[in-house]
Amino acid sequence: MAEVLVLVDHADGQVKKTTAELLTIARSLGTPSAVFIGGNVEAARPRLAQFGAEKVYVIDNDDVENYLVAPLAEALHAVVQQASPAAVLLPSTTHNKEAAARLAIKTESGLITDAVAVEAGDAGVSTTQSVFAGSYTVKATVTKGTPIITVKPNVVPPSASQAGATVVPVDVQVSDAAKGAKIAGREEKQKSGRPELTEAAIVVSGGRGTGGDFSPVETFADTLGAAVGASRAAVDAGWYPHSNQVGQTGKQVSPQLYVAAGISGAIQHRAGMQTSKTIIAINKDEEAPIFELVDFGVVGDLFTVLPQATEAVQKARS
Amino acid sequence: MNIVVCVKYVPDAQGDRTFNEDNTTDRANVDGLLSELDEYAVEAALKIVEAGEGEVTVVTVGPEQAADALKKALQMGADKAVHVSDEAIHGSDAVATSLVLAEAVKKIGSPDLVLTGLSSTDGTMSVVPAMLAERLGLPQVTQVSTLEVADGTVKGRRDGDAVSESLEASLPALVSVTDQINEPRYPSFKGIMAAKKKPVETWSLADLGVDAGQVGLDAAWTKVESFAQRPPREQGEIVTDEGDGGTKLAEFLAAQKFV
Ligand SMILES: Cc1cc2nc3c(=O)[nH]c(=O)nc-3n(C[C@H](O)[C@H](O)[C@H](O)COP(=O)(O)OP(=O)(O)OC[C@H]3O[C@@H](n4cnc5c(N)ncnc54)[C@H](O)[C@@H]3O)c2cc1C
Ligand SMILES: Cc1cc2nc3c(=O)[nH]c(=O)nc-3n(C[C@H](O)[C@H](O)[C@H](O)COP(=O)(O)OP(=O)(O)OC[C@H]3O[C@@H](n4cnc5c(N)ncnc54)[C@H](O)[C@@H]3O)c2cc1C
Repeated sequence: MAEVLVLVDHADGQVKKTTAELLTIARSLGTPSAVFIGGNVEAARPRLAQFGAEKVYVIDNDDVENYLVAPLAEALHAVVQQASPAAVLLPSTTHNKEAAARLAIKTESGLITDAVAVEAGDAGVSTTQSVFAGSYTVKATVTKGTPIITVKPNVVPPSASQAGATVVPVDVQVSDAAKGAKIAGREEKQKSGRPELTEAAIVVSGGRGTGGDFSPVETFADTLGAAVGASRAAVDAGWYPHSNQVGQTGKQVSPQLYVAAGISGAIQHRAGMQTSKTIIAINKDEEAPIFELVDFGVVGDLFTVLPQATEAVQKARS
Repeated sequence: MNIVVCVKYVPDAQGDRTFNEDNTTDRANVDGLLSELDEYAVEAALKIVEAGEGEVTVVTVGPEQAADALKKALQMGADKAVHVSDEAIHGSDAVATSLVLAEAVKKIGSPDLVLTGLSSTDGTMSVVPAMLAERLGLPQVTQVSTLEVADGTVKGRRDGDAVSESLEASLPALVSVTDQINEPRYPSFKGIMAAKKKPVETWSLADLGVDAGQVGLDAAWTKVESFAQRPPREQGEIVTDEGDGGTKLAEFLAAQKFV
């Protein structure tokens, strides 16, 4: 069976859940091979092996870290030339989508972004995308070259299947042309200690209705072990960081449970949360469009409803 | 400083967006507009030119109605516009669209900056800018929320989840901007009147030297096999808080095994 490349999403060798998901998908399409960029592959190997990576291509080249996207695309190109894979799967992050875009041009291949399902089909790999703010699903295939597909997080449960994870170093010479955009500095953001928004099983979001006080939202989120999201209105007002924005121009999340507090439910917000499994809203206005989407809704003031719910959940636990 | 801004004409997200029988996006029978996220790119270009000198050219690849998107950009203050329109482009995927755009940028001249939005509001792929950089051999300074152009260098901040990166490149460069970068202006009355006299050129694929066989639905490297409207979510139980709204919420969570 042909190899299927999976770009590993990791932080210094700590493999993220999306990688396990993509390896699981890759096993249904062919023989999974991981592509690891960076120096600490030994830290990553056990987990890559656990989820079925037969090989681990390793590119350890500082240029990939020091210049934006173009060197990553060249690195992936080198692996594609070496492996002639049946498909390339990448976690849908902004960097990866851009690298995938450049790889598509380099390899003269079709590109599909933000797939929510990837399956082996009669005409090769078949994908499903959720489009137009989640109002349609589209099935598509790649008809030329090597299918290059970026996949959203949380679309399959990762399942383990032990494999060898043999390390295959790949020597990549990054061209001068790819060193055009230098990453001159990096500033670490403050960590919230909460789960990552796109990976979390539960997301609790606040909107303009919080009036800038996110404490009931955060306390409720922490009780549920949830990530905290925000509407653009809350972000634009400076109440919450942009990296927590849910929606068309923020994060697209698809958790088991999404709670919207003081959020009206504009189409651009829906675009980021409409595919959540279960949706709950708390809003003062019974006419708020968010209620059209919910599995459970409370017409009421979030400043009384959320604290009461927090207390009730805590009580039920103890 | 010569700046080319790529702007896309998209179906209005507030309306009913749908597909044609050939599985392509319906762009003819719906209200369309300049993709809102491209307004930020137009604004960024205008700010740079206003602070110094130069010219802003806006370019779109799209059907006849896409002229509306150009008009809006001209009303905001862009100097001239190029409309690439050709029946053969219908149904192009991102790879083909970027090919046509790249050739259009080359024909416009050698801009110091090519500016784009963060993503279109219909396809929402966020890939055309990277593809343009690849095709044009330009440094890729993408998804920045700040932008500084001086002494032949462009700098910008790219905000990620865990880190913010400071990017630096020499001109010419390709830059895509986020919606955090500025507050796009509304066209003024003067701007609206002035736009009527601004030059708009229309180019076909032949004008760009692009073979029609390289673009369009049949040449696309991706194929939409089918589409389906998602069944609308069924509304669940809505309770009005009468002092026990939070308790009921917690009960729902327990019943659904979230607690
Ligand atoms: C190109 C573009 C991209 C966009 N991208 C995004 C995006 O990524 N994400 C996003 O969210 N938006 C986005 N928007 C903005 C979007 O259109 C809405 O303006 C935004 O989502 C509104 O945020 P909100 O629901 O918090 O505020 P509002 O619409 O003002 O709603 C506030 C809600 O809170 C309720 N409320 C008030 N007080 C209370 C209280 N005490 N208790 C309970 N409820 C209360 C009100 O009844 C109201 O329903 C985008 C817009 C454009 C044009
Ligand atoms: C629902 C949907 C799903 C799609 N899925 C795929 C897919 O999986 N694979 C695929 O290859 N194609 C796909 N397409 C087609 C693709 O969206 C178009 O080919 C499009 O021209 C390029 O992608 P984008 O709109 O997502 O642009 P983005 O990459 O999101 O656009 C970023 C920026 O590029 C510039 N730009 C983009 N298009 C134009 C234009 N026509 N004229 C001028 N400037 C422009 C703008 O500045 C814009 O802000 C899809 C289209 C739709 C509507």
